[in-house]
Amino acid sequence: MQDVTYRRPATVQEASQLLKDNGPTARVLAGGTDIIVMARERRRDTSMFVDVKAIPELNQLSFSASEGLTVGAAVPCYRIYRDETVSRLYPCLVDSTSLIGGTAIQGRASLGGNLCNSGPAGDSIPSMIVLEGEAHIFGPNGWRTVKVEDFCTAPGRNVLDAGELLVSIKFPAPRPGSGARFLRFIPRNEMDIAVVNSATNLTLDGNTVTHARIAIGAVAPRPLFVPAAGEALVGRPLTDETTAAAATASRDAATPIDDMRGSVRQRKHLSYVLTERTIRDAARRARGEIVSHV
Amino acid sequence: MSSRVIINTTINGEPMEFLVDERDSLLEALRERIGLTGSKEGCNNGNCGACAVIMDGRLVNSCCVMAAEVQGANITTVEGLATGGELTPLQDAFLEDAALQCGICTPGFLVASKALLDFNPNPSEYEIRYWLAGNLCRCTGYDKIIRAVQHAATQMRA
Ligand SMILES: Cc1cc2nc3c(=O)[nH]c(=O)nc-3n(C[C@H](O)[C@H](O)[C@H](O)COP(=O)(O)OP(=O)(O)OC[C@H]3O[C@@H](n4cnc5c(N)ncnc54)[C@H](O)[C@@H]3O)c2cc1C
Ligand code: FES
Ligand code: FES
Repeated sequence: MQDVTYRRPATVQEASQLLKDNGPTARVLAGGTDIIVMARERRRDTSMFVDVKAIPELNQLSFSASEGLTVGAAVPCYRIYRDETVSRLYPCLVDSTSLIGGTAIQGRASLGGNLCNSGPAGDSIPSMIVLEGEAHIFGPNGWRTVKVEDFCTAPGRNVLDAGELLVSIKFPAPRPGSGARFLRFIPRNEMDIAVVNSATNLTLDGNTVTHARIAIGAVAPRPLFVPAAGEALVGRPLTDETTAAAATASRDAATPIDDMRGSVRQRKHLSYVLTERTIRDAARRARGEIVSHV
Repeated sequence: MSSRVIINTTINGEPMEFLVDERDSLLEALRERIGLTGSKEGCNNGNCGACAVIMDGRLVNSCCVMAAEVQGANITTVEGLATGGELTPLQDAFLEDAALQCGICTPGFLVASKALLDFNPNPSEYEIRYWLAGNLCRCTGYDKIIRAVQHAATQMRA
């Protein structure tokens, strides 16, 4: 390991000060499943770990009908998928958190870490985008909020400025008649990085779509919100044709690369297929059916 | 510059005080500072599960935890499974079912399986496979491990 020091601030003010005073090599430590490995392998120059898990706001997991869901940035996946309210109202977050790594990774890995790591394939990010997640950030200039779809800017890069940290992600209460679904394609059943992933959140009035948000991942330098895909559905009945139009919009928005995990052609195709499948499952959830996360 | 810090934790039921370097992982601290070498280093990057321990009731990979983080925590390593030289039903089942060959993965599988059975005493085969997906074994082909966990679960419920 590099020559790192360890700090465990108790407040967001203290954490921000440490990050500001120690410059870009002072790294926030949440679950450590990305940053400890990257620091050890010298993929990130690191002089200090600022462990944010003693800060109450980053450990919060709470819901109210008026405020919606607040997920502290450091809350580990297992707390999210074992939470009864999250399972009932935000099953799409269960889809994501129950397939990030294996059990031991889920014991530590957080939504905040997944978002701040800002990988194009981050498996919680499409879900947070379609659920209208809002990132609450604290820094030297106080508080600000950024929509999750605007948070990541390029592989490993995001909107956080010097001294800023992500404190929580807030989601509005689900709209009546809505359902959301996340799916990822990997060559095995678990423990791999997405070739493509996708999430859909839609609201139905009878069979008419009244609201829809669709996102895809691992097909662009950052997780992609695809407004055109949602627009292909809104105001129309949910049919094979409208579903195909939305899936086509996803495929058109994808600008993937070829790498060892998949080719451009396969990723384009998967953007279509996964969008189609998440729309179908989201609609089932919107109608009150139980769609298991696996 | 990293410095030495004193850590107070409970390990396998015993309060412990020891000195670590701020840059040590929990795995390094267990193996090199405390001499608990049951937890193994396979990959050192979170992928193999050979270093798994239970920390405050949840399964974690100790190579992905900093030693300085465990101040006040309660940790169970593979050394904490057997009491007074008596193997647990889970360990017995691994032997009976020949769920190991070279054995490097075994401490991780035992700890992960213990965490599973603590949480769910009656897991389905699917649930066992899903729970253990983060533990790699290059020798056994997994089937014998799954069978051992099923047998241990049956035994423990009896
Ligand atoms: C074996 C293994 C399997 C994995 N599988 C998956 C997978 O299937 N899908 C997937 O998406 N990812 C996967 N990952 C990657 C990783 O587990 C996730 O990205 C995880 O969500 C990161 O969360 P963390 O809390 O561990 O983050 P950390 O490692 O603590 O932090 C990640 C990054 O974000 C920064 N950061 C963290 N919190 C904040 C904050 N509050 N404010 C500002 N910056 C912050 C850190 O400084 C660091 O740069 C895997 C990793 C491993 C080792
Ligand atoms: S050594 Fe820790 S997961 Fe492989
Ligand atoms: S017994 Fe050799 S790796 Fe599992």
